[in-house]
Amino acid sequence: MTDIGYVRTEMLPEQDAPSSAVGVVHWIRVNLFSGWFNSILTILAIYFVASLLYGVLPWVFKSSWTAHSLNECRESIVAQYGEGATGACWAVIRERYLQLLYGFYPSELYWRVNLAFVGLLVAIAPVLFAGIPRKVLWFSAASPFAIFWLLWGGTIWLPLSVVAGFVLGYVAYVLVSKPAGSLAGTIAAFLVPVLWWLLLAAPVASGLQSIIPLASESVESARFGGFMLSVTIGVTGIALSLPIGIVLALGRQSDLWIVKTICVGFIEFIRGVPLITLLFVASTLLNIFLPPGTTFDIILRVMIMVTLFSSAYMAEVVRGGLAALPRGQYEAADSLGLDYWKAQRLIIMPQALKISIPAIVGNFIGLFKDTTLVSIIGLLDPIGLSTSIRANQEWNGIIWELYGFIALMFFIVCFSMGRYAMYLERKLKTGH
Amino acid sequence: MSQVIEREIDRSQMQVSDEIAIQITNMNKWFGSFHVLRDINLTVQRGERIVVCGPSGSGKSTLIRCINALEEHQEGQIIVDGTELSSDLKNVDKIRSEVGMVFQHFNLFPHLSILDNCTLAPIWVRKTPKKEAEEIAMHFLEKVKIPEQADKFPGQLSGGQQQRVAIARSLCMQPRIMLFDEPTSALDPEMIKEVLDTMIQLAEEGMTMLVVTHEMGFARQVANRVIFMDQGQIVEQNEPEEFFGNPKSDRTKLFLSQILNN
Repeated sequence: MTDIGYVRTEMLPEQDAPSSAVGVVHWIRVNLFSGWFNSILTILAIYFVASLLYGVLPWVFKSSWTAHSLNECRESIVAQYGEGATGACWAVIRERYLQLLYGFYPSELYWRVNLAFVGLLVAIAPVLFAGIPRKVLWFSAASPFAIFWLLWGGTIWLPLSVVAGFVLGYVAYVLVSKPAGSLAGTIAAFLVPVLWWLLLAAPVASGLQSIIPLASESVESARFGGFMLSVTIGVTGIALSLPIGIVLALGRQSDLWIVKTICVGFIEFIRGVPLITLLFVASTLLNIFLPPGTTFDIILRVMIMVTLFSSAYMAEVVRGGLAALPRGQYEAADSLGLDYWKAQRLIIMPQALKISIPAIVGNFIGLFKDTTLVSIIGLLDPIGLSTSIRANQEWNGIIWELYGFIALMFFIVCFSMGRYAMYLERKLKTGH
Repeated sequence: MSQVIEREIDRSQMQVSDEIAIQITNMNKWFGSFHVLRDINLTVQRGERIVVCGPSGSGKSTLIRCINALEEHQEGQIIVDGTELSSDLKNVDKIRSEVGMVFQHFNLFPHLSILDNCTLAPIWVRKTPKKEAEEIAMHFLEKVKIPEQADKFPGQLSGGQQQRVAIARSLCMQPRIMLFDEPTSALDPEMIKEVLDTMIQLAEEGMTMLVVTHEMGFARQVANRVIFMDQGQIVEQNEPEEFFGNPKSDRTKLFLSQILNN
């Protein structure tokens, strides 16, 4: 009979992994040549990428940067690289890049756009990165109005009177909620500013302007274009659609039947309609519904439509995040005595939004690219401009260079957003 | 009996006062058309430690969840610390801030550090200054013996540690009553003891406790009353000695024979 009893007398020490399990060679073997099938795929992929680059790179680099028309371009390429050579005509970008960036914005006022862009970067920095001092958030709060004034110009009293609406809303909340409860306060905080903006803000602004004239040269919306237009619409949509989407998602989960029905109705209607349709409504129909004589800026209308469209999708994304949270989180928050809004703000939303980061950023990217659809209603975004550049006799027939440039610009922005999302996910990871 | 408590238990502090902590009268609850709690009558004195046991689906968790309004009862009356639970949200919030609850799955907030988990409710509900709330939190984390984990996140702790943090988090609100909903059921056997030890320590300090658990060793040594529930009703209640030594109803005998034999 064998003895099956065994007792370990000393524990084994930890040892380094063998060199075949770490390092570059290991990586290549595991990831590229782990088997015959994988090896064939690797070789095919290398061949494919190489032949793609072989075709594209000469076109990119055997190019002309100095010509003033497409024909001149072709001639100079042939002269430089020999008969039959074809290459890109980057001269069109060199000649028109200012237009692609700023549209028809007056060139002597480009500094205002640049300043607004820098202001935008400063304003979003504290939102994106926790390391920035929190006081910069005050600048972020003020920046939409400052940027609006920088871009459109005109009297400074207009953005200030819009700001006054928010102040009025806050005052109304404080005054009403004390005697009549927080629900009445919330309604007042909503109604008072809306009435102010619709009825009083414009007359008050022009009144103040006539008393104390403070204005910069105004630039009308028709002169907006290029990437500046895309960024303006895109950033507005992104900044507004997330909070609206959160409110809609919460409304959709509400126990109050009316609130729930309104939110569901809104979301389902907007999701069921193509963005193009909404943009056409913005460009043509909206004026019919508004009181006669009101001029309602076309870019503003487009912004509203893009925001509404995106917020409906955002609501569904956030709802997905909410649904993914275990019920225990709500119960723990309840059992600690946190009320609904505190539980949402401190416990539920931070987690739901974290879960939804990939989808939220995906929506942002989609929204930013969808801003090119405004070219269909005649706004001169980069796509709209490229059409008009090609309509010019000198550049008639140029396609790849323009679209390539536009694609590159969009890619830089969208890729950065995607990278930022990955950074954020890593940063917020609190598990093992 | 999966866990034997070896420590000598100090019952001298575990005085039961005449003051009533929880009074439930003729309480009924339905889930849809399912009658989950039937005519529950229960009075809990301050300082009492009550263990509620019973087969799954007997309504024991639902009963203690009704006490801090995580579940709504449809009929009857629940009075906690002199405040009646009604649809008045003010009363609900008042009761919740005085009743601590520990869940089976801990329900710590995974996005907050251990310390923030503990200071959140004192800061936002009780309006305690942050510094003071942190001192309170560290005090209770020391009590459950994990002050060194304060800066970690819940996902980095073991189950037993997480449950002790959950207990500390409840204690930071300085509740007068603690509810435990199967606090050790989701834990590995070797972690059950550390959580039970924490609960025994609480009991020794005179906390009013309602514990839903299958830890009969805990019930025998700490509880001064054991309640057996089946099909939404209280079938039997007695002192632990009597309950385990001499169960009256057949249903209780069957349950005890099943749970104690394996």
